[in-house]
Parts: sequence; structure tokens; C-alpha cells
Amino acid sequence: MPESQGALTEAVFYILLSLMKPMHGYGIMQNVSDLSHGRVTLGAGTLYGAIGTLLEKGWIVPYSGPPDERRKDYVITPVGREVVETELSRLGELLENGRRIVGGTTI
Amino acid sequence: MKHIIHKAYWNYEKEEKWLNEMSAKGLALTDYCWIRYVFEETDSAEYVYRIQLMEHWATHPESQKYIDFIESTGAECVATYMRWIYFRKKATDGPFELYSDISSKIRHYRMVRAFWTGLTVLEYAAGISNIFIGIMAPFAVTNLILGSIVTALGVGFTMMIISLNKKIYTLKKQEQIVEA
Repeated sequence: MPESQGALTEAVFYILLSLMKPMHGYGIMQNVSDLSHGRVTLGAGTLYGAIGTLLEKGWIVPYSGPPDERRKDYVITPVGREVVETELSRLGELLENGRRIVGGTTI
Repeated sequence: MKHIIHKAYWNYEKEEKWLNEMSAKGLALTDYCWIRYVFEETDSAEYVYRIQLMEHWATHPESQKYIDFIESTGAECVATYMRWIYFRKKATDGPFELYSDISSKIRHYRMVRAFWTGLTVLEYAAGISNIFIGIMAPFAVTNLILGSIVTALGVGFTMMIISLNKKIYTLKKQEQIVEA
């Protein structure tokens, strides 16, 4: 555990998932929209702020791709992966409890 | 063909709405500087406009970094004015919102509120001191009039700060149960 970790926001969770492979800002926006079948549209300003915070926390780092690439790519770090794992088990617990109590609904 | 319209907005959200209405009519903003709006003729509703306040002046390196990032996502910065930035994006490229979650919306509203609070304090200071001078010195009608106008502006700005407070409060309540 990198640090005591609360629930991630939907935006941060999807950004981290996207960065399992190197990607630039616009790529992340498109990927998140694809992953959620168009349900989640990341605002560019929100994404910019989130990238800044994730860089500060060391959950992602700039990824140096081809030198002629104008757009900056980012990629998840081992710490970031751990955060995703922790979040996955938290989400698993939510799902499990939700299904058990609401009952019978399978997704 | 270029169209130039002179208009003054205090409220950036009303201004943004107006720019989008103009765009719907086929007039797309290409430049702005102090109450002067320049439009070009385009297909109707070709662009969606968004206005935003920056932490620094638009010429500051941090702001430039931000503008570069937003432009790399397919939007275009058409104008900057002090700390304000005017973005547009082709409507065919899908919805265009700069902020997609409540916490970043609140952060932006707070910045706008701080911006207007600074101006309001200045207006009241200048306005009230002029009224004071106008009352103390007989025949200083100019100071009285000037002071009243500036104070009235301060009152107008105060109303806007109150409406921003309401928006922030509503979002804060919403944030307790949902994040976007």
C-alpha cells in the first residue's frame, strides 16, 4: 500500500486504466469514452488537473516516446498499478455486497 | 466577411451562452479584446465556445502550457484577455466541456469568485472615497457622480459574487452524494 487510499474518482480510475499503456491527453479522453461506451466524457480542463495531481503523487510519469512527437505521453508507475489493484478490491467488495443484498441481479 | 460587435459582459456564463447563440446563427468568434468581439461567418453551429478564467495571465508560461494541452485535445484558443481564455471546438467533434466533475467546477467557480471579489473591493474603495471627497469639498459634483457610479458597479459585482456563492453551495451539496 503506497498510502492510505480513499475511493478514487471515476475520472482518475479511468485515467489510470488508460495509462496501462503510454498515451497522450487526447488519447486518454477517447479511450475513457470508448471504455464507458460514451457514458464518461472527460473535460480537457478536468483531465489536465488530474494529470498534474497524478504526476505529483507519482502514480503516473511522463513517457518519452519518439522525439518528434509534439504531444506528451504519460504512463502508469508501479505505485499507480498498486493503487488500481487496491481500488479493484474495494470495488469488488461494493459489487459483492450490492449484489448479495439487492439480490440476484447479474451483470 | 468580418462582423464586429461591441458589447460588455460581466457574467462569463452569459457571455459564453451569447457566443454559442451567435455561433448557432453562423457567426463564430475569432477575436476578442475589451468589449470588442470579432466574428467570422461560418456554417450555423459549427463551433461550441467555452470561456474560462486562469490562475495567471494568459501570457504566463503555466497558462501557455494549459492552452497547449487543451489545443492538443482538438480545441482551439481563439482569444485571450487578461486572465480569460476563449476556446472553441468543432461541434462535429462531440460535446465540449472543460470541466466534467463537480470538484473541478467548484474550483473554477471559486477562482472566478476570487477574481470578482478583488475587483469589488477596489470598486468600493474608489467609489466610497470619491463620495466622501464629494461630500467634504463643496461643489465636488464630479467626485460625487464618479463615486456613485463606481459604488453602483461594486454593488453589481457583489450581486454576482452572491450568485456564484449560490452555485458553489449547490455544487458542494451535490458533491456529497455524487462526483460528476
